[in-house]
Amino acid sequence: MAFLEAKHVWKRYGDSVVLENINVSVEQGEFITIVGTSGCGKTTFLRMLLGVEQATSGELLMEGHAIATEPGADRGIVFQKYSVFPHLTVLKNVVLAREFEQAKLIGKLFGQAKKKAMQQAMDMLQLVGLEHAANRYPHQLSGGMQQRLAIAQALMKKPKILLLDEPFGALDPGIRADMHVLILDIWRKTKINVFMITHDLREGFYLGTRLWVFDKVRNDPQQPDAYGSCITYDIEVGQVDKTIYKMIDSDMSETRKTQILQELSDG
Amino acid sequence: MKRIINIRPTNLSKYILGVLPFVILLIVYLIASDVRLGINPNDKLMPSLVKIGEAIQRMAFEPSKRTGEYLLWADTVSSLQRLFIGVSLSAFIGLIVGVLNGSIPMVKAHLSPLSTVMSLIPPMAVLPILFIVFGLGELSKVMLIVIGITPFIIRDLQNKALELPVEQLIKAQTLGANSWQVIIRVILPQVMPRLLEAVRLSLGAAWLFLIAAEAVASQEGLGYRIFLVRRYLSMDIILPYVVWITLLAFMTDWLLRRVSMFFYPWFHTEVGRH
Repeated sequence: MAFLEAKHVWKRYGDSVVLENINVSVEQGEFITIVGTSGCGKTTFLRMLLGVEQATSGELLMEGHAIATEPGADRGIVFQKYSVFPHLTVLKNVVLAREFEQAKLIGKLFGQAKKKAMQQAMDMLQLVGLEHAANRYPHQLSGGMQQRLAIAQALMKKPKILLLDEPFGALDPGIRADMHVLILDIWRKTKINVFMITHDLREGFYLGTRLWVFDKVRNDPQQPDAYGSCITYDIEVGQVDKTIYKMIDSDMSETRKTQILQELSDG
Repeated sequence: MKRIINIRPTNLSKYILGVLPFVILLIVYLIASDVRLGINPNDKLMPSLVKIGEAIQRMAFEPSKRTGEYLLWADTVSSLQRLFIGVSLSAFIGLIVGVLNGSIPMVKAHLSPLSTVMSLIPPMAVLPILFIVFGLGELSKVMLIVIGITPFIIRDLQNKALELPVEQLIKAQTLGANSWQVIIRVILPQVMPRLLEAVRLSLGAAWLFLIAAEAVASQEGLGYRIFLVRRYLSMDIILPYVVWITLLAFMTDWLLRRVSMFFYPWFHTEVGRH
């Protein structure tokens, strides 16, 4: 049985179709990167995995069961921003997961239990290279460090899936490369399933084991919302050659061109 | 020549520029008072500094002939007590209702319209009701403050709770938090400094309601005193009382800001709030 399966998944908002007929299955331990133009439904798909949106029709199964309709500890998330808690220090941001787990009523740990949780959190910070900043507040960290923190936080619960929504989109190229090393390292060590949205096709090719491109196959210029996106490319990234890269790139800029023309004629 | 919006005062000139208007006002008062007293030495409208000094001496440092109390301090204590109880109660109610409204959609659906309507009732209009229901004692004055400022605090905190990025709430859930834990570990601590901010903003209104209630029915209190001596046109007492009330308000505000900066340093550095 596949680890994760989408069967005939559709998503509509009123008359406009966002996703049409997504059929896909994912094995344990895959690192999937998702690219697509803005408004192509890639974020909607991720939010469905997260549980904050539901498919209009079709089934989304994880290990054979429908994905819960609210966020849960089995699916970790790192957003582009606002993923960390500004009122807690780095260490406390990470300890929080243990406190939620062990102190149902007050959400805070004391004494021996606290010490143990802090130790685990420190180990996690070490993994992402933030141990030197344990007592700082998030606003004192750079963008890259904040994302490291968000990843450390998410890993504390040992989720089955790690969802990354353009996690490095706001970072400088140099820092971004460091983050690529980090996330690959974590993925290799934990064999966690990663779904990562990116708008950088190159990043998509370089990082994952499998690349999905969300795009519209049909375009009605009179009624741009009439058709939704599907997964137009689903490729193992190991076996990619330059021509496919170029093909996807030109396909996507074609869709983007239509969008821009549409906006121009609308506005 | 730089644009005027780009010219910043240095620290010293900022200080001088800040103090200057006060000095000018004082001088204008002194001249005007002098002129009026020159025409009519018994003029009560703009007493001289000496007269005001005597009044302060009488109110603050000599026991009252009738009650044996030092009136200014007795008034201050009873007013501050009412203000403190009223504002604390409002803050407490505001915090609980505001946070619940802002974090639980089901609660908001029930309470939000109610608190919106409540906030539109002019508090002074219900003062007679308060006197009828709670009597002329302390309770009605405290209640006027509560009714006056609680709706504002509730609405402000509700908005502040709703403004927290939804990403944070989702993140907390993926870390295994239940609803209660999200409220007490994510929402509440982030709303606390905003509560202090809301309280600071509502202090002006709280003083207004306090003085109004004291003016109508009371035996002591800063507002009571001002309205009492008004009958004798005692500007020499009213003016220092007004200055004293202003000073108290200023110090309360300053203190709350310090408390907030001490307990919630992340809040003040995060967005450059002071």
